[in-house]
Amino acid sequence: MDSAGLLQIALYLVILTALTPVLGGYMARVFGAGPAPLDRVLGPVERGLYRLCGVDPAREQHWTHYAASLLAFNLLGLLALYGLLRLQHGLPLNPADMSAVAPDLAFNTAVSFTTNTNWQAYSGEAALGYLVQMTGLTVQNFVSAATGIAVLVALIRGFARRGTRTVGNFWVDLVRGTLYLLLPLSIVLALFLVWQGVPQNFDAYVTAQTLEGGQQVIAQGPAASQIAIKQIGSNGGGFFGVNSAHPYENPTPATNLVEMLFLLALAAGLTDTFGRMVGDRRQGWAIFAAMGVMLVIGIGVATWAESATNPALIAAGVDGLGGNMEGKEVRFGVANSALWAVATTAASNGSVNAMHDSFMPLGGMVPMVNMMLGEVVFGGVGAGLYGMMIFVLLAVFIAGLMVGRTPEYLGKKIEAKEIKLAMIAALTVPFGVLGLSALTLVVPAAAASIQDAGPHGLSEVLYAYASGTGNNGSAFGGFGANTPFHNTALAVAMLFGRFLVILPVLAIAGTLAAKKTLPASAGTFPTHGPLFVGLLIGVVLIVGGLTFFPALSLGPIVEHLLMTQGISFTGAPQ
Amino acid sequence: MIHRTSEISLFDAGIAAQAATSALRKLDPRELVRNPVIFVTAVVAALTTVLFVRDLFTGGTGPDAGANLAVVGQITAWLWFTVLFANFAEAVAEGRGKAQAASLRKTKTETSARKLADVAATDWQSVPAASLRAGDLVVVEAGEVIPGDGDVVAGIATVDESAITGESAAVIRESGGDRSAVTGGTRVVSDRIVVRITVNPGESFLDRMITLVEGAKRQKTPNEIALNILLAGMTIIFLVVVVTLEAFAVYSGITLPVVFLVALLVTLIPTTIGGLLSAIGIAGMDRLVRFSVIAKSGRAVEAAGDIDTLLLDKTGTITLGNRQAAEFVPVAGINDRDLAEAALLASLADDTPEGKSIVALARQKFGFQAGSAETPGYTFVPFTAQTRMSGVDTPAGSIRKGAVDSIIRHVGEDAVPRDLRQSVERIAKAGGTPLVVARDKRVLGAIHLKDIVKPAIRERFATLRQMGIRTVMVTGDNPLTAAAIAAEAGVDDFLAEATPERKLELIRHEQAEGKLVAMCGDGSNDAPALAQADVGVAMNTGTQAAREAGNMVDLESDPTKLIEIVMIGKQLLMSRGALTTFSIANDVAKYFAIIPALFVAAYPQLGALNVMGLGSSSSAILSAIIFNALIIVALIPLALKGVSYRPAGAASLLRRNLLVYGLGGLVVPFIGIKLIDLGVNALGLV
Repeated sequence: MDSAGLLQIALYLVILTALTPVLGGYMARVFGAGPAPLDRVLGPVERGLYRLCGVDPAREQHWTHYAASLLAFNLLGLLALYGLLRLQHGLPLNPADMSAVAPDLAFNTAVSFTTNTNWQAYSGEAALGYLVQMTGLTVQNFVSAATGIAVLVALIRGFARRGTRTVGNFWVDLVRGTLYLLLPLSIVLALFLVWQGVPQNFDAYVTAQTLEGGQQVIAQGPAASQIAIKQIGSNGGGFFGVNSAHPYENPTPATNLVEMLFLLALAAGLTDTFGRMVGDRRQGWAIFAAMGVMLVIGIGVATWAESATNPALIAAGVDGLGGNMEGKEVRFGVANSALWAVATTAASNGSVNAMHDSFMPLGGMVPMVNMMLGEVVFGGVGAGLYGMMIFVLLAVFIAGLMVGRTPEYLGKKIEAKEIKLAMIAALTVPFGVLGLSALTLVVPAAAASIQDAGPHGLSEVLYAYASGTGNNGSAFGGFGANTPFHNTALAVAMLFGRFLVILPVLAIAGTLAAKKTLPASAGTFPTHGPLFVGLLIGVVLIVGGLTFFPALSLGPIVEHLLMTQGISFTGAPQ
Repeated sequence: MIHRTSEISLFDAGIAAQAATSALRKLDPRELVRNPVIFVTAVVAALTTVLFVRDLFTGGTGPDAGANLAVVGQITAWLWFTVLFANFAEAVAEGRGKAQAASLRKTKTETSARKLADVAATDWQSVPAASLRAGDLVVVEAGEVIPGDGDVVAGIATVDESAITGESAAVIRESGGDRSAVTGGTRVVSDRIVVRITVNPGESFLDRMITLVEGAKRQKTPNEIALNILLAGMTIIFLVVVVTLEAFAVYSGITLPVVFLVALLVTLIPTTIGGLLSAIGIAGMDRLVRFSVIAKSGRAVEAAGDIDTLLLDKTGTITLGNRQAAEFVPVAGINDRDLAEAALLASLADDTPEGKSIVALARQKFGFQAGSAETPGYTFVPFTAQTRMSGVDTPAGSIRKGAVDSIIRHVGEDAVPRDLRQSVERIAKAGGTPLVVARDKRVLGAIHLKDIVKPAIRERFATLRQMGIRTVMVTGDNPLTAAAIAAEAGVDDFLAEATPERKLELIRHEQAEGKLVAMCGDGSNDAPALAQADVGVAMNTGTQAAREAGNMVDLESDPTKLIEIVMIGKQLLMSRGALTTFSIANDVAKYFAIIPALFVAAYPQLGALNVMGLGSSSSAILSAIIFNALIIVALIPLALKGVSYRPAGAASLLRRNLLVYGLGGLVVPFIGIKLIDLGVNALGLV
């Protein structure tokens, strides 16, 4: 890869790091005890909403009430979205006359957007009308992101509080996250995108005459507003089918950089919010460092892999100097495609600007591994950090005993109850990814969705279920996911991956809040230095790696080894 | 750092033999199920045994056709060995605990008591104190220790209860009324009493605790429970990994023999720490016992590692038990030789250590030869609770020495020289206790009695500070004296003019801040504080109430042991953490042995993952499973002895242990599996 590519990656990392304390400080004020930063403007709206919904913002909730509110709200959102999808043929703002979405696809899509996954078994411009996109999908983009942040904020309060029964009020966290954080940022970003050329209209599709004399239908719609929140809220569901590879979603190098930054900006900022809210910013930066190192490793492997060219192509006499350009936009090239792929799977975003299916085996393995690790490298907004906290608890517990004390983190003792809950959360990923992938392979009707023979076919299955369980939503392509089996199984994976992590995390928040906080001393396991950062990375890689290494060795690893010998598989699997 | 009173060799032949049989007995599924990791190992071992036996008869044409029958047999055998080794580790630890308890029973019967047939009897029979039962009558005379808690049924005596109450003045104990109760371990100073023993000290209390040590009714400690959950969770994860791998292999056109999948599962699940976990717990209790401390529960041992604040009694722990005369301070117009001589004469009959030290200091400083308690014409006046003075009447005059206020009362307020008050204050400020000497109601001067801080105690407190533990000195002294001694000894804080209530209050205050507190005590009035403290170490010489309230008992009644108890607690937790880390890190190497071995037939390219260059697929899998079993045996000594512990801050401990057990855990199996593979191939086992 050329130095320009390296420079772009370096620039990206520098801006991301610089944004972290800015956004982190802002979010700490949004979710802290005092008045929010834009209170003068938005305060009346906030209070009006509480009055309208009959919410007493001063009333704090026990974690069980918090969880019940969250589940009820998400269930309602799921049903509403399902209704919109099933009834869209009778609804206004549908200039392309889209018909009702099939039941299994509607269920899959409704689950997908309420769980912040944005797995799309449909193609936006070919299946959905403007009303559904705006009031269905975009609304869920906002509230599912706010839900994830709310869970994290409750967990942070668990660490920060002592001897209390409550972890905050879900309705307040939801409203504040949406009103003070996601809405203003989205408006700014949407305006920027419109300026750069992204459409924001209710027009009918345009039919154009191509230079070759052919006919081309150019899709239109309120795209900018949805693209802004899909990047900010780690949703990732594109307005158009090919997502951010589409010139209308991602028209310029500037939009590419800004959209890539917002893949991770909020998640990175939340590490600092965490540090501020627990009263020790070094703790936040330590987590940031661990995530940052893993991000850089991922970017390194992916760009290295993508900079190479398939030996089979070279043997066929193709000029391989540009690296692996199959499935990539020429205007983005290797560096920006690999960077986006790593960032979008590090976050649970899932928007794409290239076809991951066409990546080199190891280049495609990096996004897959990111998702299999539970998307804890910054991760989804809120979800990434609370997922990382599960690993933090395990790391502190495994290694913390080695300093000769009951393991503790931020002054909270980590005991049997927390470990039990952390293990429940940790079990969802192997069950979802490995269990459902194996099920796919043994059910012939399900296995028929695999496009390619050989190890690559296995990668397609693993990628799909890693994406679903991890609430990522990016697709490896190739895999025919729009079947009743996969629509249902992936919906199950998404629900498990979302709520079987959220519930234990909220329970942990509750037990932690009730505990005393132990003062730190020379005998306390320090969790803000490089040693802890290294330990945390080691635990994430070893625990995650041990779980998925056997499957990966039959997928991308062996595919890579075969490729270097020029061995390929043709046709569909037998 | 930690010295041991007795040592049982790690592989005592008798214990090992017993442990071997009990390892077989522990194959009982009801026992195995208590340990999820080993239980899973046993279940899959049983499964492969069935498959092996079936293949023996069918000639190996089943789904395991890919595996050589001899290899299947060997893997099956090593799976069973894995279970047996884990059982053996636990059995060895239990055996050592039992041996330790037996030696304890022998040593604790040393003190003897004089038992009477009835109250009026005059002849007695010498019996071990520990054999006394409730209702037994014993006679105790001046100078003897009361063998157990009881009631005085005949006689009256002064009893020195300072060991329990800290009050140095002797108290009167007599039959009848509310002054009849006496406490075991206290000393009769004068006269003769007959005591009816009210408790069964040996059997009711100590033996109950020794039973606990033997591990018969061991309950899992909180950290152990949490660790077990973690290990069970990891076992479930690896079950999912291995079961789904079958589907992935089938898709890839590979048939995996069940026995190979089983081998993969057993090498992945944390059998090492799973097999050694209970041994580590038992050994922790056992280390305390070797130290003559009995913990009532493993929970207490664990809590000891978490201690943030140590409450240490000044007397006996920080300072030598007794004060010593350090200086004679005469008032104006008296020379120090006269004062020293008067002090010497007044102390000739004083048998207390303080009195003896006055005599010694006077002789050493001024070379006095004359005078002994038998000098004719001398009438000694003993210390009484009323006068709080002692002294001597000689032909040359009557000399009295005593506490400042009692001498002032003796000579009259007006006869107190001005400079006496100054020197008394100076002595108190320096952490000493002033005694005033007067002759014929004229004050001669003061004697400076000094607390002697134990040698090297300062360094020990520095060590504790490094470990993050705060030390608080508890004393009945006034704040001035306490501050001086605290500064000299280097404790972090002190509680002066301590009463049981203030002690309890201090513990509660520390606990409210989230700290864990350890203390030791022996008196009945310590019982509430002992019960409130997270680790309460009762002295064996203490009262029954104190021993019931504490969660540990120190048979040697040495309060400085608190420091070692904390270290043993830390060592226990560290051993668990170190072996867990080691066990998990081991899995990386096992993958590099087994994964290429499983798939290399279908994808020869995966041979690239065989970084160890293992001989063949069968030998790689066999070597991994052999390593997995042998590492349990190899680590038994570490589990029993505990990982080495040098007091240090958490950061440096973590760095060192991560390096040794984390990095070591990554590297060691690569070497171990390679060596075993060389052996397996050399012996032609596959």
